[in-house]
Amino acid sequence: MKISFYINGNAHSIEADGNTPLLWVIRDVLDLKGTKFGCGKAACGACTIHVDGEAVRSCSYSAKFAEGKNITTIEGLSAGDSLHPVQQAWIEEVVPQCGYCQPGFMMATAALLEKIPNPTDQDIDDNIVNICRCGTYYRMRKAIHRAAEIKNANI
Amino acid sequence: MEAFDKMMAVLTHKRCVNCHPSGDRPRQGEDSHYHNFGVQRGENNHGLPALRCQTCHQQENNNFSGVPGAPEWSLAPIRMAWEGLSRVEIARSILDPEINGGRTLEETVHHLTEHELVLWAWEPGVDANGVPREKPPVPKEEYIKAVKAWAEAGAPIPEE
Repeated sequence: MKISFYINGNAHSIEADGNTPLLWVIRDVLDLKGTKFGCGKAACGACTIHVDGEAVRSCSYSAKFAEGKNITTIEGLSAGDSLHPVQQAWIEEVVPQCGYCQPGFMMATAALLEKIPNPTDQDIDDNIVNICRCGTYYRMRKAIHRAAEIKNANI
Repeated sequence: MEAFDKMMAVLTHKRCVNCHPSGDRPRQGEDSHYHNFGVQRGENNHGLPALRCQTCHQQENNNFSGVPGAPEWSLAPIRMAWEGLSRVEIARSILDPEINGGRTLEETVHHLTEHELVLWAWEPGVDANGVPREKPPVPKEEYIKAVKAWAEAGAPIPEE
């Protein structure tokens, strides 16, 4: 079936089985490799993207549901050449170890900050439930607080 | 009271009760364990601000991931908690306008027999391991007939 949507601000129409996970459309059809496959069970969060601004696990999101939606992946998180506050904070706090899960964490964090501009540690624990096998949670927590500072300072 | 028995056999089944919890955490699975990832009810029964039900659950089951889905996937409001209630207490609660959102009996029957999220119980899909989820013990059409027959009889609730 034909599916039309915006991804990172650009209009796309693709032909795919409507039940194909959007993750595979993003990676294999649109060649945007930043969004990662982790578990395929909507459990680890490595595939997290934004659909109309809401965090969504793309491995469990059928492509047909993307019709008419605004999709954002890690490649489209920043505006132009300026880094998104989450990206800036991730660099400052040197968060990634292997890095594989980080795009999902960053997308989840960006969605969190739109809803809760100054998250507490509890807010972070409750809302960011992605999995990092390297155990970078401590640095991520610091980076999430730092991202909130940067974002609020830019407003 | 055959109709009541059939209706309550469904409403007390885990496919219903898992999302009618008495607390602020949904349950899941055949053993009704607390939902993985510390998922919470949130202010509007659709989860927390950045961990909503729809972060993972969409409008239909996803048989690749094993994540169930249906329109309006959410927890029942806390006032509609069924977990821990007897079937008589559940029946009283679904007839109480203070608890059921002001529904008339006719509207309650409509909800119980036509709402897509309720009827999802008979099309629950597969779990993360590809194993089909257990369906309620009464076939869907038989359940729908039982609910309507119970309502037409004046929605009697037995003393138990």
